[in-house]
Amino acid sequence: MSEQTMNQSRIERCFAELKAANRAGLVTFISAGDPDYDNSLNTLLALPDAGADIIELGMPFTDPMADGSSIQKSSLRALTAGQNMQKTLAMVRALREKDQDTPLVLMGYYNPIYCMGVETFLKQASEAGVDGLIVVDLPPEHDDELCMPAREYNIHFIRLATPTTDAKRLPLVLENTSGFLYYVSSTGVTGAAAPTPEKVQAEVEAIRAHTDIPIGVGFGIRTPEQAARIARFADGVVVGSALTDCIENAASPAEGTQAVADLVSALSGAIKKARD
Amino acid sequence: MTTPTQNAAPEIGPDINGFFGRFGGRFVAETLMPLILELQAEYNRAKDDPAFHAELEALRKDYVGRQSPLYFAERLTEKLGGAKIFLKREDLMHTGAHKINNCLGQILLAKRMGKKRIIAETGAGMHGVATATVAARFGMDCVIYMGSTDIDRQQPNVHRMKLLGAEVIPVTSGTGTLKDAMNDALRDWVTNVDSTFYIIGTVAGPHPYPEMVRDFQSIIGQEVREQILEKEGRLPDSLVACIGGGSNAMGLFHPFIKDTSVRLIGVEAAGHGIETGKHAASLKGGTPGVLHGNRTFLLQSEDGQIQDAHSISAGLDYPGIGPEHAWLHEVGRGEYVAITDDEALDAFKLLCRLEGIIPALESSHAIAHAIKIAPSLPKDHLMVINLSGRGDKDMATVTAHLADELAD
Repeated sequence: MSEQTMNQSRIERCFAELKAANRAGLVTFISAGDPDYDNSLNTLLALPDAGADIIELGMPFTDPMADGSSIQKSSLRALTAGQNMQKTLAMVRALREKDQDTPLVLMGYYNPIYCMGVETFLKQASEAGVDGLIVVDLPPEHDDELCMPAREYNIHFIRLATPTTDAKRLPLVLENTSGFLYYVSSTGVTGAAAPTPEKVQAEVEAIRAHTDIPIGVGFGIRTPEQAARIARFADGVVVGSALTDCIENAASPAEGTQAVADLVSALSGAIKKARD
Repeated sequence: MTTPTQNAAPEIGPDINGFFGRFGGRFVAETLMPLILELQAEYNRAKDDPAFHAELEALRKDYVGRQSPLYFAERLTEKLGGAKIFLKREDLMHTGAHKINNCLGQILLAKRMGKKRIIAETGAGMHGVATATVAARFGMDCVIYMGSTDIDRQQPNVHRMKLLGAEVIPVTSGTGTLKDAMNDALRDWVTNVDSTFYIIGTVAGPHPYPEMVRDFQSIIGQEVREQILEKEGRLPDSLVACIGGGSNAMGLFHPFIKDTSVRLIGVEAAGHGIETGKHAASLKGGTPGVLHGNRTFLLQSEDGQIQDAHSISAGLDYPGIGPEHAWLHEVGRGEYVAITDDEALDAFKLLCRLEGIIPALESSHAIAHAIKIAPSLPKDHLMVINLSGRGDKDMATVTAHLADELAD
């Protein structure tokens, strides 16, 4: 292992390998604890083998303002089953016992982190093996709250850019972002309809003029065909609501885990062939 | 000769990042940030524009019916036997509550920004009605998000909004109350950023809303200042107002923050009692957290999950409070107390019988606290209570609770 590789974070190493293989990565989202702790852990542990390159694990919150109904419901299922931050971090530790390579990003809202205490949270997240954070309601104007402290723990703060982020604002959004940039392809909540791939591609190319950081694209990507189309130009393809739908619609929790794994396999297969 | 020491008046916020002390801020998704910054810039321009103020002033006078009277409640004062009590009659304003003050200001901003579609959240429906009213007046499309629980208990206001041309969308997510209505309004806004102006109804939400709503509501306190000087030749000794999000209280308090001789008393809803956990008193029974774009006191679990508020009055049924109140509480400039459902109902009845005024259940919380403290205050103590709204909308709730008394 070269010195450079050793100094890379899991996320950086992952994107370097993806680039070498000339393919996009599949970024999968599930809510921690959905529909309950044990079954959610089974789903989480199944993701790497099914083809997830990066895992986003949702920290459930009662009031997920940027999420559509699918992720709202998955969040509430988890909370109803007793999920909390300690259990979410326990899931990360359980994953790390089996898997040292797949990057894991915690995603959610600021309040549960703030209530736990930022330093306590970062220390425990870092020890558990968390690689990055996506916190929807912390824009760059509030970088001193969590983004800058997270750097002290070598945890990436992954920022969202959106169609409303114009060229004037983009440098501010990029300034303290690391790991990758999450491009939200549509204005709206998670699970909303996706815009045309041509439009998204043009927007991603415009961002590339400002940065070398890998760009993941999400919001509204549900099928292997859509994922493959995005994978032709993006560095990462994020799928969330389609996976939480699998859990919602399953006849049993075990079938939910299987349905997630099946969809992840299909998405991964399509992405791997996207640039052939 | 020594002069009495007075607490130094606190510096009035917000700072450029929207903070009042550690409260406030702009905790929103990136999609909304450019729009919020644009709104702030436009609000700053409007503040310096005499034409904006002239239009607002004309509408306040001829459309809303300002200024609202400052009424000496003679029989209530006699009955309580202490402080001299005045009622600021926001209940007499167009649409029946103080909410219209804010809606007028915001719709003029929406017009300046070229927006054609208005959205709002509502709890009791008073803000929804006021928003639907100004949207009709300015010919804009209007969508009101209202929790399904609140729709059931505030039917007359639902009908009013529909008559005024608004679409009322029932919110079933979460617990179907005000906080969920606000979540869904924010989701709508994030989806329709280009076309839509979000008229937030209280002194909460991301900066600049707490400042902007406060400024538009401050007409209440400005008038009180003028009116009490005219009637009594001096400033009041105490101001009392109910608090859900806190807009009527902030509008009354704000012009007096620097006058440290004036007690600012905010009355939260204690529901069944703070010790029961079924209440809406964010300051008396909550902890700091981040929700709906601002850091403030919230009703929440130790794990940072938001809990349901409870109050007999839908307008106070919110698990947060405006950040400037959180700050006034923390620096000790404001006094915050809580009143139970039963105490509010008793105050409601008393005001009906003594003064011939049917107050909103929200405002009845302020009356109830005055009933508690006025008897022990000296007769030259001047107290102003904000009668923030009228009680017509509460007939169904009150009838249900007072069924026995009303049966005879």
